[in-house]
Amino acid sequence: MDFTTFVKPSNGGATESNDTSKLQFWKHVKYIENHGKQEDDYEYCMTEFLRMSGIFWGVTALDIMGQLDRLDRKSIIEFVKRCQCPSSGGFAPCEGHDPHMLYTLSAIQVLATYDALDEIDCDAVVRFVVGLQQPDGSFFGDKWGEVDNRFSFCAVATLTLLKRMEQTIDVEKAVKFVMSCCNQTDGGFGSKPGAESHAGLIYCCVGFLSLTQRLHLLDVDKLGWWLCERQLPSGGLNGRPEKLPDVCYSWWVLSSLTIMGRLHWISSEKLQQFILSCQDTETGGFSDRTGNMPDIFHTLFGIGGLSLLGHSGLKVINPTLCMPQYIIDRLGIQPQMVNQA
Amino acid sequence: MADSSDEEYLHTEWVPYSERAEWSDITPLPQDDGPNPVVSIAYSPKFRETFDYMRAIIAKGEKSQRALELTTEALRQNPANYTVWQYRRDILRELKANLQDELDYLEEVIGQNAKNYQVWHHRRVIVEMMNCPKWELELTQNALDNDGNAKNYHAWQHRQWAIRTFNLYDDELDFVDRLICEDPRNNSAWNQRFFVLKHFGFTPEIIKREVEYAMNRIRVIKNNESPWNFLVGVLRQSESGKLNSQPEVVEFSQGLYNAGNRSPYLLAFLIDLYQEQALETKQQDNSDSSAQKVYTMCEDMASKHDVIRCKYWQYVASHLKMQLAKQAEGFD
Repeated sequence: MDFTTFVKPSNGGATESNDTSKLQFWKHVKYIENHGKQEDDYEYCMTEFLRMSGIFWGVTALDIMGQLDRLDRKSIIEFVKRCQCPSSGGFAPCEGHDPHMLYTLSAIQVLATYDALDEIDCDAVVRFVVGLQQPDGSFFGDKWGEVDNRFSFCAVATLTLLKRMEQTIDVEKAVKFVMSCCNQTDGGFGSKPGAESHAGLIYCCVGFLSLTQRLHLLDVDKLGWWLCERQLPSGGLNGRPEKLPDVCYSWWVLSSLTIMGRLHWISSEKLQQFILSCQDTETGGFSDRTGNMPDIFHTLFGIGGLSLLGHSGLKVINPTLCMPQYIIDRLGIQPQMVNQA
Repeated sequence: MADSSDEEYLHTEWVPYSERAEWSDITPLPQDDGPNPVVSIAYSPKFRETFDYMRAIIAKGEKSQRALELTTEALRQNPANYTVWQYRRDILRELKANLQDELDYLEEVIGQNAKNYQVWHHRRVIVEMMNCPKWELELTQNALDNDGNAKNYHAWQHRQWAIRTFNLYDDELDFVDRLICEDPRNNSAWNQRFFVLKHFGFTPEIIKREVEYAMNRIRVIKNNESPWNFLVGVLRQSESGKLNSQPEVVEFSQGLYNAGNRSPYLLAFLIDLYQEQALETKQQDNSDSSAQKVYTMCEDMASKHDVIRCKYWQYVASHLKMQLAKQAEGFD
């Protein structure tokens, strides 16, 4: 099974020039449709273990571009349903693998996008997530016991989409654990208490606080300053000091700043230039940095970043859940955001 | 698929499992690619076969020496497959295998896959099973040395876990000092320094020493984000928690400014320092002069030295104005 399984036959879009200062809209659509076909085979089978997330990245990017109807809703939902583990209730990345928090969130995001949450046993999903909370408030990623703030985010995001957060987990303790990972040096967050601040994990923690309505616990100005220091002269953002800029970090920093009402602290124009420079004008898709090979992961975060920056022709994306805003509205969910300062 | 390098690695020709007598009792279990694959994936025959046998063994629940060897092969082909790692642990427990061998094996795997979540997790579980952290500092040190810039997040996480779990703090500051000497901009190393200090506690003597340490590093490279953040972190541990709690730091930073340095980190520090003073001083004159310094610096940064973040600097200035106005009205 590959991603083209889900594509409906269609004829592509208009021809575009190879100008990296413009969004190569139709090439990206084509790139996502072709994900996993032919030349990517090796990559595709090596990434079997994150197939579910791959579907989320592709579905969401296409939806933001208003092209969701290019995929076959029914076969995607069927695939997702087959990945729910009958005993634990969690989702595996694809059949034959073990369920995990990461893919459980991706599965729920995909089903929420398709308004198909009623097609699965949601109570079983809730049981899976609740069962992974630890006495200190943290979450395991699966029953084998790795703790990471990524899983705290996945847990509350999954439960928020299912509208069962407040009544099912110990939110206070979960908050306490996440806040124990806040570093006194730079105001950022790492994966665990004491771990170095890292933009990806900051997104998880800020997103977590947004979903649990606890953004007042953040020193927004201090963290905002650290985050906007991530912008480099190229316009791109890095994830830690002295690291290279990357499209996915651009998303994580940008979405965190948006949630904290501090998006305007960086130069949107230069960031947009950087993201657009990471497009592959031949094949479509975005890479991590200018000139590298594109992949589906960076393609979503490229498109998502441009949406946050208000690029025309793209639907509005919700910075906390990385899903189209209209879906979040349809679900009646309101992740907290700080007013612009 | 990298079959040629695999053969090099094995120093032997690949014999398919289907042609090996010791596997003749197993019927391979192919991957179910769904009912109507439009294009089936061109897995290499070796990859496909290995995982077909792996699935068969997992389905059967067989935990044997040959099953262990099969996981080695499967993980060599795809070290990110966490289901196989988990099954490998089940086998090791069942066979009561020699875990020292497993550590040796992992050292090699981590050497080749240092940015893979699963290998590090497996390492941790094995060390827990053995209750022996003897090799963890060396292992992570090698991983950091091989990383090129000593920032591998997995290696640092594992190192912190081992240090915390087995109380291995004693020589860590020396290690961190070495890394900071090699690369004063290594934020991971600065973070680790703070991690160790926090464990031992911030006495006034330690604060003095660490403030001095950070200032010495800043003297060499002024525009270096990490020691500035570290400095703030240490000052916040003092009794008052104020940025002006150590007079030598105030003198140091003002000296840099007067000498013409305009690093954003220096400015950010001075602005926070003057801001605190402006909001605390009872005497109006002192407050006004501190506030005035903040406004001037913010203006300079926004227009000259850090234009890309001009909105941030404008915000800092207007935010202070607002706070001072509130104070004057007696709301605060």
